[in-house]
Amino acid sequence: MSSSAATATGIGASVLRKEDLRFITGNGRYTDDLNQPGQSYAVFLRSPHARARIIGIDTREALKVPGVFAVLTGADMAADGLGDLPCGWEVKQKDGSDMVRAPHPPLAINVVNYVGEPYGVVIAATRAAARQGAEAVMTDFEEREPVVDLATARDSAAIHDGVPGNLAYDWELGDRAATEAALASAAHVTRLDLTNNRLIPNAMEPRAALGVYDRSGDEYTLYTTSQNPHLERLVLSAFVQIAPEHKLRVIAPDVGGGFGSKIFVYAEETTVVWAARKVGRPVKWTADRSESFLADAHGRDHVTHAELGLDADGNFVALKVETTANLGAYLSTFGSSVPTYLYGTLLAGQYRTPNIHVEVHGVYTNTCPVDAYRGAGRPEATYVVERIVETAARELGQDPAALRRRNMIRPEQFPYETPVALIYDTGNYEASLDRALELVDYAGFPARRAASEAAGRKRGIGFACYIEACGLAPSQLAIQLGAGVGLYESGEIRVNPTGSVTVFTGSHSHGQGHETTFAQVVSDRFGIPFENVEVVHGDTGRVEFGLGTYGSRSLAVGGSALVKAADKLIVKGRRIAAHMLEADVDAVAFEDGQFVVRDSNQSLAFGEVAFAAYVPTNYPTDLEPGFSEKAFYDPQNFTYPAGTHIAEVEVDADTGVVTLVNFVAVDDFGHVINPMIVDGQVHGGVAQGAGQALLEHGIYDDYGQLVTGSYMDYCMPRADDVPDFVVDTTVTPCTHNPLGVKGCGEAGAIGSPAAIMNAVTDAVGSNDVSMPATPEKIWRALAG
Amino acid sequence: MQITLTVNGTQHTLDVPENTLLVEIIREHLGLTGTHVGCDTSQCGACTVHLDGRAVKSCSMLAGQVDGASVTTIEGIGTPEALHPMQAAFRECHALQCGFCTPGMIMRAIDLVAEQPDLDSKAVRAGLEGNLCRCTGYHNIVRAVLHSAGSDQGGAP
Repeated sequence: MSSSAATATGIGASVLRKEDLRFITGNGRYTDDLNQPGQSYAVFLRSPHARARIIGIDTREALKVPGVFAVLTGADMAADGLGDLPCGWEVKQKDGSDMVRAPHPPLAINVVNYVGEPYGVVIAATRAAARQGAEAVMTDFEEREPVVDLATARDSAAIHDGVPGNLAYDWELGDRAATEAALASAAHVTRLDLTNNRLIPNAMEPRAALGVYDRSGDEYTLYTTSQNPHLERLVLSAFVQIAPEHKLRVIAPDVGGGFGSKIFVYAEETTVVWAARKVGRPVKWTADRSESFLADAHGRDHVTHAELGLDADGNFVALKVETTANLGAYLSTFGSSVPTYLYGTLLAGQYRTPNIHVEVHGVYTNTCPVDAYRGAGRPEATYVVERIVETAARELGQDPAALRRRNMIRPEQFPYETPVALIYDTGNYEASLDRALELVDYAGFPARRAASEAAGRKRGIGFACYIEACGLAPSQLAIQLGAGVGLYESGEIRVNPTGSVTVFTGSHSHGQGHETTFAQVVSDRFGIPFENVEVVHGDTGRVEFGLGTYGSRSLAVGGSALVKAADKLIVKGRRIAAHMLEADVDAVAFEDGQFVVRDSNQSLAFGEVAFAAYVPTNYPTDLEPGFSEKAFYDPQNFTYPAGTHIAEVEVDADTGVVTLVNFVAVDDFGHVINPMIVDGQVHGGVAQGAGQALLEHGIYDDYGQLVTGSYMDYCMPRADDVPDFVVDTTVTPCTHNPLGVKGCGEAGAIGSPAAIMNAVTDAVGSNDVSMPATPEKIWRALAG
Repeated sequence: MQITLTVNGTQHTLDVPENTLLVEIIREHLGLTGTHVGCDTSQCGACTVHLDGRAVKSCSMLAGQVDGASVTTIEGIGTPEALHPMQAAFRECHALQCGFCTPGMIMRAIDLVAEQPDLDSKAVRAGLEGNLCRCTGYHNIVRAVLHSAGSDQGGAP
């Protein structure tokens, strides 16, 4: 695949990023950097209560504030016929019935169900006037008892009419009877109760939206912080019904991080694009960080009981898991799928466990909606599997690496069908385990532990051998399982008459570096200079269609679409070259950027063929001019990145402070296009996982007020909270996509929480520590 | 109130409300959007600029405090054609992903190296404590700062 012309910048090269030049010089263009002539500013009216009935909204004083143009409410939106924000994944319950959807108007109408829920908007000439207007709105609420505690939510009063027990769904996967029987006859059963703490995503760029309505063409444009602008357009058009798709353009320019939180279709962008027409001016909204905390979809938040059965030799015979998952007050765009199909299906991990059953209760609470956050379901699954496996090893007095190794699926067993509905195509789990053991110097751990002990600190080591299902997703399978859309990706390659190339992708880069890696893929395929390839993304007006970036899918699915499009161009180029060189098409090959007639010295450069396609003088009469092709790529299976993460921590017994002193990540992502970028993705993911394990926790009090609503209260990982990371890769290429790639964006956040918590519990000698392992919890655990 | 300040070498006289923040002057009045706002509690550091040569969080300075001052923003330290060494180090070490925290991080890093020329990894981490990054896990940012400071600990870029 790699061509000599492109070796320095081709597949496998750590090419410096194209996008960096604008970012490091302050020339990035994020949504809040954009302005429109005559624009107005939106400030949202947000519920101060976790649960209340709206008795009345008095806007008279607000409308007197100089500069205020309008105060709009949920009732105004409903009067204009706008629909609810949909949940795009239908989960079938155990009994075959549909999940129970609560109505979710973009702006709340009669009831509010979480603190921060928007129920109206003030639009004014300046942000200050809009803010002043919002403060002048008098809303009469009748407070009601909120349901906040996940553990008791099912026994609490119903939040939504027609949703008894606050249960959105009861879902299961796997063979319950076989699993229970295997547990009953197991030689040893390890039982574990776990909580997976609520996280608040906190991309550094707060969400923002700028809605524009052009009366002359009856056309809307929405600039917004989205990971998937085409999906945003589809939802706003088909479900919310703001405008037909061909009258709505969605542009996601530079986006400052997403981590899942910018996948979803939210109230705010819906409101500004609708309001732009209503007030006759562009409407701009930029979230305060406080709003991000309150109203960006949160992540995780599970309570789980798990049981792992082992036979007398230490082979896993059964895993039974029961999880209550907090969905928040409403089903967010993909909220239903995260604790089900992205969670239960991963509970086999890297192991041959023959019997697995998982039951998930998805419950509503009076908290911000919960949806995908980096890893989305897979970190939660890994946390269950890897915590209970480590616990079993401790209970049985076995080496945790050896117990894992004994139970791993072996290379010759692929493709491997798990008891929870996935078919792993390939992998070599022992290879990454061995490399990680070597990098962490496992043999030297007892000496390091003794040295720490001598210095008055407790040292622990912990493993996580994770697997994830990425490259979402085979459309037919996803739709069968409840997805409302296909999960293919589109790509288009336009070769310009002078031979430079513009690539259009439905993937969206918000930090991943697609402008670089996708250019590497295309330049490598064509044997042309990397500098001649420009990647365009994030604009429904320029890119035909796309499903966006999440689930580590961009390269595996979006990149594969580009390879398909490139190969179509090569087929066409061979026909053009054959005609020009008066050779048979079958005799023309494409090698190193040249169309070559085999067994001759005749050839044409890629650029010469492109030029001929646009200036068709000597050209096949039965061939269309032009040199551009597009392709849709629908994967045949998920991809299965996997690896071993090992954490070492030191605990100060006097203060309870945990220090992450060493972290090794060895991941198998298949082929790697740009190792520099892949390492960076792992670093970032591990830091987020370390945040979950040691620092971060989204906490609501009993009244449903978010206690951790700012950076003063929510503990983000800072530079001095994490160490240098040791990262490496092993390679088993994906068997079913043309690049042999698996995806690398989420792995760091998937493996690290379990590895770090296994290390923490090893250090303190107690399993009774929940995430985040704060000094107080550690101190209490040590105090016994 | 009327204030006069120099931004990136150009003097500006502005008439702004007294509660205007320096970051608002930079972004909204002068249109220099390289300086970002990532929080509302002076915690994230995305808005870091240089005020009379020292790194400050421009969300925490009022118009009256910058009257007569000289301000340098990310746009003032280098261009794509002539990068500041810290900008170049960030690129060479892959010390940025989404780019949102980057301008503030670079401005802070320049000041850090100026105030402590003999930095080690621990000192860099402590020195960047007031700037949040959600993408990089800080690993490559630390490398970039050490690399720019001329320390071997940065390793090859």
